[in-house]
Amino acid sequence: MKSAPFEFVRAASISEACEVLKREGDTVKVVAGGQSLIPMMAMRLVRPALLLDINEIAALKFVAADEDVVRIGACTRQSAVERDEALASRVPLLRQALTWVGHVQTRNRGTIGGSIVHADPCAELPLVAQILGARMVLRGTARARTVAADAFFTGPMMTVTDPNECLEEVHWPVWGERRAGSAFAEISIRHGDFAMVCAAAQLALGDDGRCVRAAFGLGGVGQTPLAFPRLAQRLVGTRIEDEAVKSVAHDAAAESGPGSDLFATAAYRRHLAGVLAARVIRAAHEQARTKA
Amino acid sequence: MSEKLYPIEVEVNGVQRTAQVPARLTLVDWLREDLRLTGTHVGCEHGICGACSVMLDGEPVRACLMFAFQANGHRVTTVEGLAQPDGSMSVLQDSFCQSHALQCGYCTPGMLIAAQGLLNTNPNPSALQIREAIGGNLCRCTGYQQIVDAVRDAAERLSAQVK
Repeated sequence: MKSAPFEFVRAASISEACEVLKREGDTVKVVAGGQSLIPMMAMRLVRPALLLDINEIAALKFVAADEDVVRIGACTRQSAVERDEALASRVPLLRQALTWVGHVQTRNRGTIGGSIVHADPCAELPLVAQILGARMVLRGTARARTVAADAFFTGPMMTVTDPNECLEEVHWPVWGERRAGSAFAEISIRHGDFAMVCAAAQLALGDDGRCVRAAFGLGGVGQTPLAFPRLAQRLVGTRIEDEAVKSVAHDAAAESGPGSDLFATAAYRRHLAGVLAARVIRAAHEQARTKA
Repeated sequence: MSEKLYPIEVEVNGVQRTAQVPARLTLVDWLREDLRLTGTHVGCEHGICGACSVMLDGEPVRACLMFAFQANGHRVTTVEGLAQPDGSMSVLQDSFCQSHALQCGYCTPGMLIAAQGLLNTNPNPSALQIREAIGGNLCRCTGYQQIVDAVRDAAERLSAQVK
C-alpha cells in the first residue's frame, strides 16, 4: 500500500501549473486534496511519473459571490465551503451535499475542484454540478475555456479536460426565486462511504404555490451523474402533487442505467433511484413551501 | 537506482523539523519512522480507518492521504502534541481513561485528534455532533458509546475550567 516512485513539483501559480502540464504531457497528474488520487496511488491503480501539487496556489482558493452565480476556486477546501454561511443561503445544495462527502478529516483536505474533475459517477458534488448546470473554467497555457456540466462529464472518471488543462474555477448558478428549496439524499453502506445511489433536487414556487422551476438528478446509476431536465419540466406549473412526484421519480429510475456489484444489484439500485428521487423532490418542495 | 529526495521544513508539535524525503513517503510514515513519533498509528493506508489522523494547521486530516513533502511549510500536531508540556495527559485524554473509551488503543490517537478538532471549534457539542466528528474513525473494541461519553465529559470539564 505504498505508491510507486514518482517525482514531485509544487506549482506557485496556475500558469506555472499549465506550463508543466504542457511540457510533461499525460505522464503528470495534478494533485489537489488528493483524497481520491492518493488512495489510488497507494493501490497502484495510478502511477504518475510526476505529481504536480497545486495546493499552494492561493489564487485557486476563494469563494466569490456575483449576482446570479457563485464562483469557487478549484483548490478551495470542501470544509471551507461547508462552513460558509453566505454560500449556504445562495447555493444551499452545496452544504447539503457536502455533509455526505467523506468525513471531517477528508473534507478538511479535499477540494471542490478535485471532486469535480475526478468525476466519480456516484460522487455528490458532480451531481450537484450536473443538476444546477454549473460551469467549469478550464485553464490551458494558451487560453481558458468554460464548459457546462452536461458537456463536461463524459464517463466514469472522465471529463473533457485536456491533458494540458487545469480546472481553475467552478461557477454555481444561484436561483433568485424567494420561495426556493433543495434537498440531497443518499444511501451508502456506512455514512461517508461511496454512495450506492444519491439524489438531489431544487425547486422554486410562485406566490400561488405552483412550481415555477425544477431540477433534479441521480448519482451512482449511470456513467456520469444524471440530470433529468425534461422530467423536471413536467413538475413546472403543478403544485407538486404526490402523483406527479411519483411519476417523474419512476420515469427517472427507468431512464437511469445502474450496474450491479458486490453490494447491490442493478434492480436494487434502480429501486433506490426511484425512492430517493421522490424523497428529494418532496423535501425540496416542503422547504420551498414553508418560505413565506 | 536511488529515489530523488526533496528538502522539507515542517513544524511538528511546536518543533521545527527539516528532512530530505522521497516524494512518495507519506506524512504518517515520515512521522513514525523518521521522527519516531509512533503515537500516530497506521491502519488501512487508504483513508478509511482514521487511525493516522493528525492536525494540519490546526485541522484534522488523514496523514496517510498526504505526502510528507506536501506538509512542507505547514504545522503538524500529532497525538504527542495534545499532552501538557510536562507530559501529563490533556483533559480529553484523561476523559478517555475515566470513561473507558479505549481497549486495544489502536484507534485512540485518531479518535483523540478528531475529538480535539471538534472541541477546538465547538466547545459544547451534542452527542450527534460528536458522532459526526468521529464518524471517519473506526473502533473495533468499544462500540463507540464510551468514546462519545468521554468527549462529552471532556467538553463539560473544559467549559467548567473556563468559568
